[in-house]
Amino acid sequence: MRITVTVDGTTYTDEVEPRKLLVHYLRETIGKTGTVVGCDTSNCGSCTVHLNGQSVKSCSVLAVQVDGAEVTTIEGLARDGELHPVQQAFHDNHALQCGFCTPGMIMQSIDLLADHPDPDEDTVRHGLEGNLCRCTGYQNIVRAVQDAAQKLKPGSQQPVGGQ
Amino acid sequence: MTATIEPEVGKARLRKEDARLITGRTRWTDNLTVPGLLHLAFLRSPVAHAKITSIDVEDARRKPGVIAIFTGRDLAEAQGSLPCAWPITPDQKAPAAPSLAVDQVNFAGEAVAVVVARGNAEAHDALEAIEVEYEDLPVVLDMTAAVADGADLVHADLGTNKSAHWVFDSAEAGTGSDVEQAIAEAEVLIERTYRQQRLIPAFMEPRSVLVDPTGEQTTVWSATQIPHILRLMLALTTGIPEHKLRVIAPDVGGGFGGKLQVTPEEVVSLVVATRLGKPVKWTESRSESLLSAHHGRDQIQKLTLAARRDGTVTGLKVDLLADMGAYLRLVTPGVPILGAFMFNAIYKFPAYRFACTNVFTNKTPTDAYRGAGRPEATYAIERLMDELAAELGRDPIELREQNWIKHDEFPFTTVCGLEYDTGNYEAATAKAKEMFGYDALRAEQRERRERGDVVQLGIGTSTFTEMCGLAPSRVLGSLSYGAGGWEHAAVRMLPSGKVEVVTGSSAHGQGHETAWSQIVADQLGVPFEDVEVLHGDTQTSPRGLDTYGSRSLTVGAMAVLKAGEKVIRKARRIAAHTMECAESDLEFSGGRFTVKGTDRSTGLTDVALAVFAAHDLPDGVEPSLDSEATFDPENFSFPHGTHLCAVDVDTETGFVKIRKYVCVDDVGVVVNPIIVEGQVHGGLAQGLAQALYEEAVHDESGTLTTGTLADYLVPSAVDLPHFDTDRTETPSTTNQLGVKGVGEAGTIASTPAVVNAVVDAVRHFGVNDIQMPCTPMRVWTAINGGPTDAGGLGGEAGGGLGSIDTSGGAA
Repeated sequence: MRITVTVDGTTYTDEVEPRKLLVHYLRETIGKTGTVVGCDTSNCGSCTVHLNGQSVKSCSVLAVQVDGAEVTTIEGLARDGELHPVQQAFHDNHALQCGFCTPGMIMQSIDLLADHPDPDEDTVRHGLEGNLCRCTGYQNIVRAVQDAAQKLKPGSQQPVGGQ
Repeated sequence: MTATIEPEVGKARLRKEDARLITGRTRWTDNLTVPGLLHLAFLRSPVAHAKITSIDVEDARRKPGVIAIFTGRDLAEAQGSLPCAWPITPDQKAPAAPSLAVDQVNFAGEAVAVVVARGNAEAHDALEAIEVEYEDLPVVLDMTAAVADGADLVHADLGTNKSAHWVFDSAEAGTGSDVEQAIAEAEVLIERTYRQQRLIPAFMEPRSVLVDPTGEQTTVWSATQIPHILRLMLALTTGIPEHKLRVIAPDVGGGFGGKLQVTPEEVVSLVVATRLGKPVKWTESRSESLLSAHHGRDQIQKLTLAARRDGTVTGLKVDLLADMGAYLRLVTPGVPILGAFMFNAIYKFPAYRFACTNVFTNKTPTDAYRGAGRPEATYAIERLMDELAAELGRDPIELREQNWIKHDEFPFTTVCGLEYDTGNYEAATAKAKEMFGYDALRAEQRERRERGDVVQLGIGTSTFTEMCGLAPSRVLGSLSYGAGGWEHAAVRMLPSGKVEVVTGSSAHGQGHETAWSQIVADQLGVPFEDVEVLHGDTQTSPRGLDTYGSRSLTVGAMAVLKAGEKVIRKARRIAAHTMECAESDLEFSGGRFTVKGTDRSTGLTDVALAVFAAHDLPDGVEPSLDSEATFDPENFSFPHGTHLCAVDVDTETGFVKIRKYVCVDDVGVVVNPIIVEGQVHGGLAQGLAQALYEEAVHDESGTLTTGTLADYLVPSAVDLPHFDTDRTETPSTTNQLGVKGVGEAGTIASTPAVVNAVVDAVRHFGVNDIQMPCTPMRVWTAINGGPTDAGGLGGEAGGGLGSIDTSGGAA
């Protein structure tokens, strides 16, 4: 099937097998290897991207379902060399070690902050429940999300969301 | 640069590594591709023990995109036998370990055939068309039954399921007295059997390997912790000459010991790529990973602690059964032995005996998982100390202090003959108690217990130490390990004044690039940003023994420091020549050589440029400052700490909630406090997970029922508490940096702290043990059925999806 999809601001048209998952389309067809696969049961969240501004696990979406849609991956967050505040906060708070879960964790955190601009610790933990990290014990991830929330408050420079 | 600049070591530097990782500019093995790449998929045995009577691949061969299919018989000669580098006894029994099973499968998940296809999906499609006929053999799962007379055998040709029996006895070794006598004379005996459940490392990045045989050297990219060891082992296993192999560990997404392995898939990928002359790639699914990548722990610990009524411990006897699974992988037999010297922990036992029987079962092979042997030992002794305290009606911390090595007794030679260099258990414990509010929590516990609160408060203690910084080569030799424990490094001064540091430590999330840069920046007086750390490729980093056992800083960074010293030594001679003075007139500080008592100086970077030009060097001096060093430690390092855990246990549901977790760790000198804190957090998460959530469960036919992340409960953010961490700092005297290693500390310490807290919360119901993981079902059962039932049920997979535990137990 032929699909046309905008990924990180660039529009692609490709023939895809009906069974192809979005994550495999991103990685194999258009080379967006920043988004990774960590499991096969949608538990780990490593493959999280934004589909029309909402976070989705791209292993749970077929490529054909994104025909006509806009997808943002971890590779499309930085603007003109400036990191997204959530990316910056992950760095500033040592919220990653091996970094494999990080793209999905950042994409989910951005989505979380869109719904909860000033989340308490419990809200962050529940908002990230579908994203597993084996390195950090989550404490610095929670700190990073709350730090980003402060920097994203009204009056600060960048809007929430990956679009 | 001046000498007054703030030192880099000790500074909370943000990591260099992050820039790529937070923007998706990553080089995971599965991201890589080369022209003409073919894809591999493995067919795995669905049964745990069977003869392979036939494999029919003809239909599969005709599937679209299939290039070739190989069975174990096809590759039997080329694939050799997977290596085990640690024969713990001279008479150790070890089966042949083919990468693809040839005649027989010995665990469910063992690979029996491999499909090579143009695409990954095509390779997997073809798997379904392969027909394998199995003739079932009796399945051996229970360790206790496996070592009984007349047991069914995993490997009939070995004649036994016992791989090896290894003993340390302090009386025989001359390091202590006779434990049987101590037991005979004991006023108090604590006898327990504890179960170390089977765990799965569950690194986030699934394993992946890409082999390109088209160059003069065959290049192997692998998601591995051990590129150097892998290169040698692949050469020895397949017969491909070592100098014709190059191994690259690109970005590696966690390991925790789980990628400290020479895997069947690496060997098969190399053999198949070589045979076809084409590049191939294999990347596992999560289910393949949980099923076939090595597991960890899995011991039955029979323990006897002897003490006097006044609380003084007098002897400790340990009898282990350790589950090897179906094969001996790279260091499988040695994992329990790494715990042999740690059961006595920080306490002054006069008599000690450790005996371990390594047992084969029809399960996934076990091997190193974060802590490897030491968490098991620490769990046992820290649980026993709480049990002794309960028996004597003593406060568990006070009882520990009565028995531990006091800060003024270091260096202290233990009953195992290890010399602990430094430590201050009093200081760490005092700080932890204060942060925890220990006395107030004890008061609250009493009040709630008297009130009969439905939710009971429990307090658990763990005052741990570990031996890390693996390892002095001669010690490894005395334990029959197949290699040394040194590490290699090189420091290269570039003409522009920038510095390249080559390290044999192969990082996979630990932040070596940042920490090594800090150390070198201080040593050479160059800016942090001017140091580039190179690792993980046998072509750029030709020698090394890689990353595991909390060894990178204590051994790997020490090698870097030694190479840096040689750079300075070489530069000093040239600086003296340039400034026309004696070498002894020069002092080196902040990156400059200064003639003593003058303001004449030259920078190391100036010398580097002068060396590059080489116009005016002293006679006989080579035009290079580059230096390398290989460092072999003289002793282990011994981090320690005090961990305190408070849990609320709902006595009606059995649900455990961690209310407060405090730890004060002493890891010696800290190079980067945020990296250290991160390592502690991550270690705690994995230790807590063993206590409360994780268990690899096999059903009665040997099928792993926890083969997805829905069933194997890697904790999420909701499942873990906030950690209150702090440090005390007693510099190690076994290395120049004063460092002790931190990678495994949190995991080793935390498990018994949590279980001690859970048992403490319900001890008044007559409970003295609950088998890990302490699921609501087990806790509830313990409360309602008493101690004997607490360990027996134990069957539910973490997700409660239902399975039967036939793995034996403590009950």
